[in-house]
Amino acid sequence: MNGETVIDIRHLKTSFFSKKTELPVVDDVSFSVHKGETLAIVGESGSGKSMTALSIMRLVPTPNGEIVDGEIYFNDRDLLKQKEKEMFKVRGNEISMIFQEPMTSLNPVYTIGDQIREQLTYHQDITRREAHQIGIEMLQTVGFSRAKEIMGEYPHRLSGGMRQRVMIAMALSNNPQLLIADEPTTALDVTVQAQILELMQKLSKEYDSAIILITHDLGVVAELAERVVVMYGGQVVEEAPIDELFDDPLHPYSEGLLNSIPKIEGTQDRLDSIPGTVPTPDNLPVGCNFVTRCPYAMELCQQEEPRLMDKDSSRKVRCFLHEEGIATDGQQHRSS
Amino acid sequence: MVNNIEVLENEQHEIVPGQENILEMQELKKHFPVKTGVLQRTTGHVKAVDGIDIAVKKGESFGLVGESGCGKSTAGRTAMRLYEPTEGQITFDGEDISRKKEKDLFNLRREMQMIFQDPFSSLNPRKTVGSMLAEPLKVHGLYKNQNERKEKIQEVMGRVGLNPSFTNRYPHEFSGGQRQRIGIARALVLEPKMIIADEPVSALDVSIQSQVLNLLDDLQDEFNLTYLFIAHDLSVVKHFSDRIGVMYLGHMAEIADKTDLYDDPLHPYTQALLSAVPRSHPRERTRERITLTGELPSPANPPSGCVFHTRCPHVMDVCKEIVPQMREVKPNQYVACHLYE
Repeated sequence: MNGETVIDIRHLKTSFFSKKTELPVVDDVSFSVHKGETLAIVGESGSGKSMTALSIMRLVPTPNGEIVDGEIYFNDRDLLKQKEKEMFKVRGNEISMIFQEPMTSLNPVYTIGDQIREQLTYHQDITRREAHQIGIEMLQTVGFSRAKEIMGEYPHRLSGGMRQRVMIAMALSNNPQLLIADEPTTALDVTVQAQILELMQKLSKEYDSAIILITHDLGVVAELAERVVVMYGGQVVEEAPIDELFDDPLHPYSEGLLNSIPKIEGTQDRLDSIPGTVPTPDNLPVGCNFVTRCPYAMELCQQEEPRLMDKDSSRKVRCFLHEEGIATDGQQHRSS
Repeated sequence: MVNNIEVLENEQHEIVPGQENILEMQELKKHFPVKTGVLQRTTGHVKAVDGIDIAVKKGESFGLVGESGCGKSTAGRTAMRLYEPTEGQITFDGEDISRKKEKDLFNLRREMQMIFQDPFSSLNPRKTVGSMLAEPLKVHGLYKNQNERKEKIQEVMGRVGLNPSFTNRYPHEFSGGQRQRIGIARALVLEPKMIIADEPVSALDVSIQSQVLNLLDDLQDEFNLTYLFIAHDLSVVKHFSDRIGVMYLGHMAEIADKTDLYDDPLHPYTQALLSAVPRSHPRERTRERITLTGELPSPANPPSGCVFHTRCPHVMDVCKEIVPQMREVKPNQYVACHLYE
């Protein structure tokens, strides 16, 4: 857990600009990931989790999106200061990314082999034949028994689960130090999801890669992650080791989220739910982003924005309830 | 085959006397033709639903689960006669509706409504919420008085948690969860007896999902609704359903009360499916997982015998030749598997 830090993100802010108004979609996000560690970023749609990942890769959609502020240290090098040319060497090599849609992230007119070989020969000084050999080995690692034949297949011949395994093989073929997986199993069936999660677990052990797992599915988080960052309205609202988050969530949003999922073990008569809807970046409330849906909202929450502060050495939370010197038994009200 | 169904039906009646079935599917099949070439000749059939027996009791939620391509949505749509059944019988409220003509189905449509998965594409973007909810009433000649109709619409909107003054708004002005509420209101406005909900919450955010599930739950109590709840998320299905049917490649694998099914799954496919579901707490992580090998076979060319035999960890010789029949292995737990014969 206390291995060397692979990536350290500090006060990242990414915004979209429309007609001169700035909409921050990632707002003051800080976290770091160690070697061999799996960190999950959990959040609902519009929470900024995917945009955080794209910011790390410097793939924020232009011309409307822009990284406005912050630093992303990858092995002591600030990625935000690198030239685009330098980023070519980082992407797919030192940092790889797996996307949600295995249907659209492979090029339909090239064979699997073409696509694996291309990125190997681009980043490493090897021949086509060597690349082919490595490609076959990678496909075997991700569980293809007919790896040789798969190299000659076109993407449409493969099922969703197989395509996602190909994507993982490609993402890992250059031995990246950091793997970013954005909803890697959301489009897949549960039995295939189990295979992919098992595979990712095995590979992170084998290659000692750091993994950032982005998902909305707390079940997937419970299966795979060691540490969790919960995002809401573009901000980190809580960071905690996995067991501690599930046992004792500090932020009211984390608590609401955990209580609103149906549990496969046991039965409950009624689900808890968070009232209201997920805010979009252009209609965030004044003060705390969660104030309109929070069951513990105080007057202060409607006026000031809470800071992300250390609760103890391993936990962080952005909530006035946990800030010292502020009364927690203040006036409670529910809003819907 | 036919005898078997009768046995199954009788047994269910014996165990729960007084609780009658509202919807029955018997030996129901739906095959889609595969057409190829310039002449569009039929060269084969996708056997999306290939002989299923389901009986949904009045007032219950029957969950239908399975992975993509197992035929659960086709089964739901065929039960509503949105698809023409290829073979078999559908009985709704004691009436055989499997061969009825479209115009005779008019009254059925009022009593059996559907909620769709995608709250974005299932609503007409050019229509206001009010006109969308008024249309079914007009079609069926209900609430002819304009004021009464308006009242009814606002009442239903309020009931599903939408602001009744939003009747003049368009779908794009609502969030995903609110749009799903519009879809529910549209199904509810005709006061149906039964609602077929096809993945009603899978497109929604986690915190919104529980709101909609709770709403569906409340509506069931209030209006005495019966649900056929089609979903792939096994935790959601467990929470919502009373009884659950597991489908694999167009066939029913197992039907049981939810606690029996989750505590003691009997069919090897149900076992594999349940073992693959992520647990809800990290401490439950370490456990035996049954990993299925191989890929889902094509429903255009399903395996002989038991359709699951190509991936089954307990496969025997008999499985490759003979299709297993549904039988009651434990009280109220029906399994189609040769292991229990």
